[in-house]
Amino acid sequence: MVILLIVLVALFAPLIADAVGHKPNEADQLGGLTPEGLPLGPTWSHPFGTDYLGRDVFIRVMYAARISLVAGVVASTVAVVLGVLVGLLAGYAGGIVDTVLARTMDVILSFPFLLFGIALVSISGPSLAVVIGVIAFFSWAAVGRIVRGQTISLKEREYIEAARSLGANPFRIMFVEIFPNLIAPVLVYLTLLIPSAIVFEATLSFLGLGVIPPTPTWGNMLAESLGFYQVAWWYVFFPAVALLITTLAFNLLGDSVRDALDPRGEHLFREQR
Amino acid sequence: MTLFLIRRIALGAVVLWVMTLAVFVMFFVAPHNVANLIAGRQATPETVALVKHRLGLDRPVIDQYRDYMWRLAHGNLGYSFYNSTSVRSLIWQRVPVTLSLAIGAAALWLLMGISAGVLAATRPRSFADRAVTFIALFFYSMPSFLLGVIVFYLLFYRLHLAGIGWFPGNGYVAFTQSPWRWAQHLILPWFTLALVTAATYARLTRGSMLDVLNEDYIRTARAKGLRERRIVYRHGLRSALTPIVTQFGIDFGTLLGGVIIVENIFGLPGLGQQAVQSVLQQDLPVVIGTIVLAASFIVVANIVVDVAYGFLDPRVRIH
Repeated sequence: MVILLIVLVALFAPLIADAVGHKPNEADQLGGLTPEGLPLGPTWSHPFGTDYLGRDVFIRVMYAARISLVAGVVASTVAVVLGVLVGLLAGYAGGIVDTVLARTMDVILSFPFLLFGIALVSISGPSLAVVIGVIAFFSWAAVGRIVRGQTISLKEREYIEAARSLGANPFRIMFVEIFPNLIAPVLVYLTLLIPSAIVFEATLSFLGLGVIPPTPTWGNMLAESLGFYQVAWWYVFFPAVALLITTLAFNLLGDSVRDALDPRGEHLFREQR
Repeated sequence: MTLFLIRRIALGAVVLWVMTLAVFVMFFVAPHNVANLIAGRQATPETVALVKHRLGLDRPVIDQYRDYMWRLAHGNLGYSFYNSTSVRSLIWQRVPVTLSLAIGAAALWLLMGISAGVLAATRPRSFADRAVTFIALFFYSMPSFLLGVIVFYLLFYRLHLAGIGWFPGNGYVAFTQSPWRWAQHLILPWFTLALVTAATYARLTRGSMLDVLNEDYIRTARAKGLRERRIVYRHGLRSALTPIVTQFGIDFGTLLGGVIIVENIFGLPGLGQQAVQSVLQQDLPVVIGTIVLAASFIVVANIVVDVAYGFLDPRVRIH
């Protein structure tokens, strides 16, 4: 529900901005700042107040949702697709292919990823595409490892042997016979990866190494607002709440997807043997 | 066990080598030009060439790589571009800060996370269980920079406004100088780091304990008439700890990533602050030094975890 709302807000941000009459990157010339030049508190025309340049925080928070969702969903999807492909291949092929791929995943998993991410961004220059690339690169290995493990145990099943003896080629076995069994754990992982990707993007932007201003993201809004936390609580509060609600909603979704798809877990305790 | 250990250390060495290679490729071979960045935006081609020459960037890649590995192998990380001090002394200065932060926070999060997890798992579906589950999910969803900002605002700024100066907002005092002020400076960063991480442990402990408490040997222990406390802690928790140890190895190793944010928010002069600062200044030798050190942390932590398995779970020792 909450996620649907966030997605709708992100989709219709320009329409809402039109209706309200404020632009995300334009100051309200008539009354965006107090006479002293400080941000303006919440009023009817600026429900979340304004920022240090007199821009409407409400509109900016909504526009930021677009960046966060795009970063979170795209990076997680890329990571999951890559992870599934590599994991399937490693698990099914076995032998030297498996050794090389599994070790590669081990190496990527032992990278100090935030440090590496920051260093990479500093070299290539901050942009949304780079942020997404960095997140995807450091996330796919975890998916790959799970998929590999599952594939190894699945490929010994009798039905796979049956498929092989009927002359199914390896691709058919990997994608038609094995993959459907992996959809549940992969789906759970995808929903849990999205919030962590969103947090990663926000963190990079907060450090000034993600999406750069004036494009609004929750991370860079928070970074800007910290200069004003003594006079403008709303400027810190609303981006923070938006970010927290989003990650919380995705984590709750991930948990319920897992409960729904995993017959073990909670239920195990109910039927006490 | 010995063979296993040798293989693990060899793998660790390979990981470390790949990491140094990645750093080398990133900074010395990649298409962008480090010299341009250092010489500045309006530099003439001559200046760029001079910078390149002074950094040895105009030599063949293979030669550069050989020198780079040679220096690394001797523990020589070069000199900072900015203040000409050696990277090693620059980093060593900051290690105690980050280590104090990491160890304190780790102790706190293990304590909080595991006890909350055990509390929840021993009373499934109770109010305590639901509360722990919800609070854990809340902090699990909380970005550490956000929690840092909140803690800073409430416990430093608001308290200072109210005239209560219990927690300093930034800086660091060495333990040897004054243990009390040392703890005072670290307590907010400790809690920020610990709360975010403890959430994972509470969730993990709860799940793992629930599984273990359903095992046959727990039923046997109950049937023998052992006290519930003993069953939960000696029999249950011990084997439930295995996934937690794995997680701890990963987390403690990657803590250097986590401290980046906390150190910057609370103004602690540790490795994380150094890392961001040198990345922003394009101070390559320092960036490389920090990354190599961080990577070694992770590799060593992973090896320690694998060894710890052997002690916790006798089944692992056989393989």
